[in-house]
Amino acid sequence: MVKAPNTINDLLNSVVSNRDQLKDIREIILANLVMMGEIPAPTFQEEPRIRFFLDRFTEAGLDSISTDEFGNGFGFIRGTEGEKNILVAAHTDTVFNHTIDHTVRVESARIFGPGIADNSLGCAVVASIPQILQQLGIELKHNVLLMGITRSLGRGDLAGIRFFLKNSKAPVDYGLFVEGAQLGRLSYSSMGMLRGEITCNIPSEYDWTLFESSGAITILNEVITKMMAIPLPTKPKATITYGSMNAGNTYNSVPTSGSLHFEIRSEQAGMVSELQNRIHEIADEVSSNTQAEVKLEVVARRRPGGIDFSHPLTKTARKIQESLGVIPKIQPSVGELSALIDKGIPGITIGITTASQMHSQNENIAIDPMFSGLAQLVGILQAMDGGFCDE
Amino acid sequence: MEVFAMSKKKKTWLETNTFHHSEFWNILHLIEEKEKQGLKISLCIPTLNEEKTIGKEIIIFKSELMNRYPLLDEIAVIDSGSTDKTLEVAASFGADTYLSADILPNQGFKPGKGENLWKAIHQLNGDIIVYVDADIKNIHPRFVYGLVAPLIYHKKIQYVKAFYDRPLAFSQGIRPSGGGRVTEILIRPLFAMFYPELTGIIQPLSGEYAVRREVLQELPFPIGYGVETSHILDVYHKWGMGAFGQTDLDQRIHRNQTTISLGKMSFGILQSFFNRMQKYGSIEKLPELSHIYKHFQAQDSDYQLIEHTIKEEERPPMSTIPEYRKKFGLGKK
Repeated sequence: MVKAPNTINDLLNSVVSNRDQLKDIREIILANLVMMGEIPAPTFQEEPRIRFFLDRFTEAGLDSISTDEFGNGFGFIRGTEGEKNILVAAHTDTVFNHTIDHTVRVESARIFGPGIADNSLGCAVVASIPQILQQLGIELKHNVLLMGITRSLGRGDLAGIRFFLKNSKAPVDYGLFVEGAQLGRLSYSSMGMLRGEITCNIPSEYDWTLFESSGAITILNEVITKMMAIPLPTKPKATITYGSMNAGNTYNSVPTSGSLHFEIRSEQAGMVSELQNRIHEIADEVSSNTQAEVKLEVVARRRPGGIDFSHPLTKTARKIQESLGVIPKIQPSVGELSALIDKGIPGITIGITTASQMHSQNENIAIDPMFSGLAQLVGILQAMDGGFCDE
Repeated sequence: MEVFAMSKKKKTWLETNTFHHSEFWNILHLIEEKEKQGLKISLCIPTLNEEKTIGKEIIIFKSELMNRYPLLDEIAVIDSGSTDKTLEVAASFGADTYLSADILPNQGFKPGKGENLWKAIHQLNGDIIVYVDADIKNIHPRFVYGLVAPLIYHKKIQYVKAFYDRPLAFSQGIRPSGGGRVTEILIRPLFAMFYPELTGIIQPLSGEYAVRREVLQELPFPIGYGVETSHILDVYHKWGMGAFGQTDLDQRIHRNQTTISLGKMSFGILQSFFNRMQKYGSIEKLPELSHIYKHFQAQDSDYQLIEHTIKEEERPPMSTIPEYRKKFGLGKK
């Protein structure tokens, strides 16, 4: 076993050699990535992926291998002192459903497949942590709880991680969330966010002789026009993203129903709610103008918050990234970190490698930068373990 | 008329020598047994322009069957002269790579998969060589341990073939099969007619098999399409049915082939088949042709050999029928 670093400088000095040593277990990590990536895991259907996690944890001889009521999967690495608990977790769900061909393709320098970066790689890394620590001869003082998280994305709305944080018997002292991409990502705060669906339904007794009565598409168009007229603050910035729209089937029939999906983001407390109210008013106004049923449903919501830029955890994580030649990219999270922040637990989200064509069938990751991402993860774990991240 | 019946002899062979890969999940135990017997196992992947799938195969086998569980002693890619990056990709993930032409240079080089399989016997060191094609999209360690395990656990078995016979899913142009069309249209009827016992082998053409060196070194190797068929006939003649094992490896997803290329394949197989018929004296003295056709029916993991009696009866030319001659004024013959 390697001696635990006494100072942050000792730790920073070891990360580069750790990166080199991890190359010796490249195939183990990549094999986990290929196998994980070929298991489809749309939100609410993560069970086969969780099963793979548990099999890997069993092979590694971890303790307390289990699932909970929400299907989250766990494995426990007991620390030598066991005073604190570090959660290392990755969301297992992806945006691709079962009908997509999940075959993974491996080239010398890159690996391709739907969801390979978001978040098959994050999952493969969490599943490989026992081998990673073993390869580097690292033994931690604190306990590490490895977790495959279910029900994170879209309508899952972080239900898996929230359930765990609400019901876990053991307190979580630090959280480290692993995303496949992008390397350098450092999220330590949560952005205020709201995801909403506006539905438009034209009642069957609708009076088609009414002025401008041309169906769900034009009604939703009116909603969008009004939403785009809402003045958005630039500092702190707020954005509305129009993510998808569904209505109609043909060229020449007027659709009687349709839906619009959008997301609001803002770092300013209260701004998301304010924008939500404006959009609600717009929906009501268009509904009464057109006599169609226009409704707003909130699908997901995050509160802004988190630790500071100057918190020892973020400072140390930045130093570790920099010593590996990785440029930190600070970005607020709307993912699992928000759930941790809601509970007041310090945590960060990091990325493992560079990726391109995210969320397309040709999504792909670069193999080589992955080792910097892994060395970074190990460094942060050791920093949490060594007390270098405490305020 | 068709008669359904079960052949008792086949059922016994099927029962004792047919396996499912899940029986061998305990790889640690398998490795213990391998070490006890002092066996070395080599994996040979014959390639020709397989850059799209080779990387994944190497990663999975190296990680799972060398690094994690030391079942394999070497992973070798033997290439017929790829013009793409097959060898570069394979080498970058730690496989030993060879050009078929560089092995046994005094013997010359013939382009064909069988050539690579044959030269592997000389190049590789294993007591068991397991051959796995490079075009498998859903590669998994079972493709190796499922084939090797029967040889490790059953001393009498010499030659283990893969078969794939599970509920199939068709999506996005993927067509799973175990080489089904040529097997069902050509091989199975040929075997049923000339070597009824061999119809017990569910997928004689599958490209995945594990064989003991003592057997491999005694077999001639057609270098083209006929290698699997001739192996089966040769092993059957020399070592008998008991030398075969077969393992269900569930689903295999690979490239689908055109009917034209299956035609070429069938032509090559027929050449090898008739060569063997000649060699074993079956052409001059055709055996009594069987009227029993055999195929498989699977229910869960239970494989049943179904027999149909198919007798092709014949009618003579119409001009030999008196009534016909009379009607059309052809006179008496």
